[in-house]
Amino acid sequence: MNAARSLSYNKKRNTAIVSTVFLVPVFFFITVFIIYPIADSFWLSLHEWNGISSNRNFIGLENWKVLLTDSVFYKAFFNNIIIVILSIIIQLPIAMAIAFFLDVGGKKLNILKMIYFLPMLMSSVAVGFLFRYAYDPQFGIISAIDTLFGGEGMVDLLGNTTYAIYAVIAVICWQFIPFYMVYFLAGLSSIPVELYEAAIIDGATRGQYFWKIALPSMKGTIKSAAVLSLVGSLKYFDLIYVMTQGGPNGATELMATYMYKNAFQIMKMGYGSTVASAMFIIITAIALLTLKAINGKEEA
Amino acid sequence: MKKKKITIGKIIAGILAIVWLFVTGAPFYFMVASAFKEQFELFTSGVFAMPKGFYLDNLKEVIESNFPSYLLNSLTVVAISLVLILITASFASYPFSRFKFKLNKPLFAVVVAAMAVPIHVTLLPVFQLTQKIGLYDSIAALIGPYVAFNLPISVFILTSFMAEIPNELEESAEIDGCGKFRTFFNIILPLSKPGLATLAIYNSVNMWNEFSFALVLTQSPKSRTLPLSIWEYQGQYQANIPLIMAVLTFSAIPMIIAFAIGQDKLIKGMMAGAVKG
Repeated sequence: MNAARSLSYNKKRNTAIVSTVFLVPVFFFITVFIIYPIADSFWLSLHEWNGISSNRNFIGLENWKVLLTDSVFYKAFFNNIIIVILSIIIQLPIAMAIAFFLDVGGKKLNILKMIYFLPMLMSSVAVGFLFRYAYDPQFGIISAIDTLFGGEGMVDLLGNTTYAIYAVIAVICWQFIPFYMVYFLAGLSSIPVELYEAAIIDGATRGQYFWKIALPSMKGTIKSAAVLSLVGSLKYFDLIYVMTQGGPNGATELMATYMYKNAFQIMKMGYGSTVASAMFIIITAIALLTLKAINGKEEA
Repeated sequence: MKKKKITIGKIIAGILAIVWLFVTGAPFYFMVASAFKEQFELFTSGVFAMPKGFYLDNLKEVIESNFPSYLLNSLTVVAISLVLILITASFASYPFSRFKFKLNKPLFAVVVAAMAVPIHVTLLPVFQLTQKIGLYDSIAALIGPYVAFNLPISVFILTSFMAEIPNELEESAEIDGCGKFRTFFNIILPLSKPGLATLAIYNSVNMWNEFSFALVLTQSPKSRTLPLSIWEYQGQYQANIPLIMAVLTFSAIPMIIAFAIGQDKLIKGMMAGAVKG
């Protein structure tokens, strides 16, 4: 072997060694805590098991058959869809309006920006508790506002099967609008200043600038915000679990809360895994379809 | 100079800003004001009434309860997990961003795909795994899942960050006889500091607020983290709303301080983290 060849060989070997050593840790964590659990979840979904006894009964697709006719699961899925749709319709326009206002206002609105951002810093659990009490019929905010307008107070939104889901969605919006606000703010600030100046010189009003220039150039940002909101809405758990635990009477049940209840509260581990696996399939499918739809349109 | 005109648009914008200030601020005001009220006071005075005086017993009671130990648990878990995430992510990002090898793209694709996995699919198997290896109900049980679920996004962000470090630096180091390991530790890692800082803040906020794993993998007060503690106070002091509001206020303070210090980095992290969904 001549010197040059062995040098390049050595370099290649060196790269291979470094890559292996450096990639092992990340794949250790991903395999043990993400890939293996997904496979195990599907495997468990083929069993009947209470989580305690040592014998799991292999029952094949029995759990999946039950799932297909489980009205509670459908209800939960439907609730997830309501949250997806309302989240996108409510959160994105409001977030956009606020972001544009803050962007036009510039630095002098920094304090407002910080206050608007506050909800993002609280954990979903804390937000859930805060609103559980804010919605309290006796001393909550909503009842107080109702009395202010001459009502009798005692408004019990979370206890009402019709309104509970909307009350919960309002909290979700409260928590996440600041996130999309920041997201859109970054989008707005990445539009070249020249575009704005050129528009103003040409005599455009702020409104015209917003509709004709800012909004079209933020298409990509808006799309990814919508995808984020979509995927996020399918995974909600913390907030709902804390506020209503899926109640009253299943009115706010979600796929994730239903999964948790089956697996950890009534100890139907096998069926809980089935719900989890179904959730995984649904979220993956919807995410892929959405991405495809969005990318497809871009090519056209 | 033209005089500034007050247009209808501006008035609408102003009203919107004030309305939104109220929407955002009212619950916070409710939380903090209630924390300073006596239990009885909350029922008799209006919800939005200022507290009569600074009633500090709630805060005292929270501090004298298990709260400090929950705080310590959260700090420990976040600190250990964060160190592991930063080391593992920077290791992985180096070959991903700078080496050409056959498996580079497929392996990176696996990492990216892991970002989209809902944690609820993994809860039950991880719960069982934790029991099998005897870590159930300890803060150590949380470290593995926390690292694993924050790694994909961290690797994703850091890889694009490292890819922007100019190649020339590395090449000249190589000519000077620097091996890959030394290049990584002496050149790439120091230059990645801003990216690592963003990740540190973003991941800390995530883990600080994490609920699902903490709910499933821990049980006793000795190993519970802050978000879970709120759950427990609620069980113990169901009717004592001011006390619970005091706990909520306390638990929000560290994040608000973190935000005040690392505002830019947190926002950058959130933007980058946005791809996670």
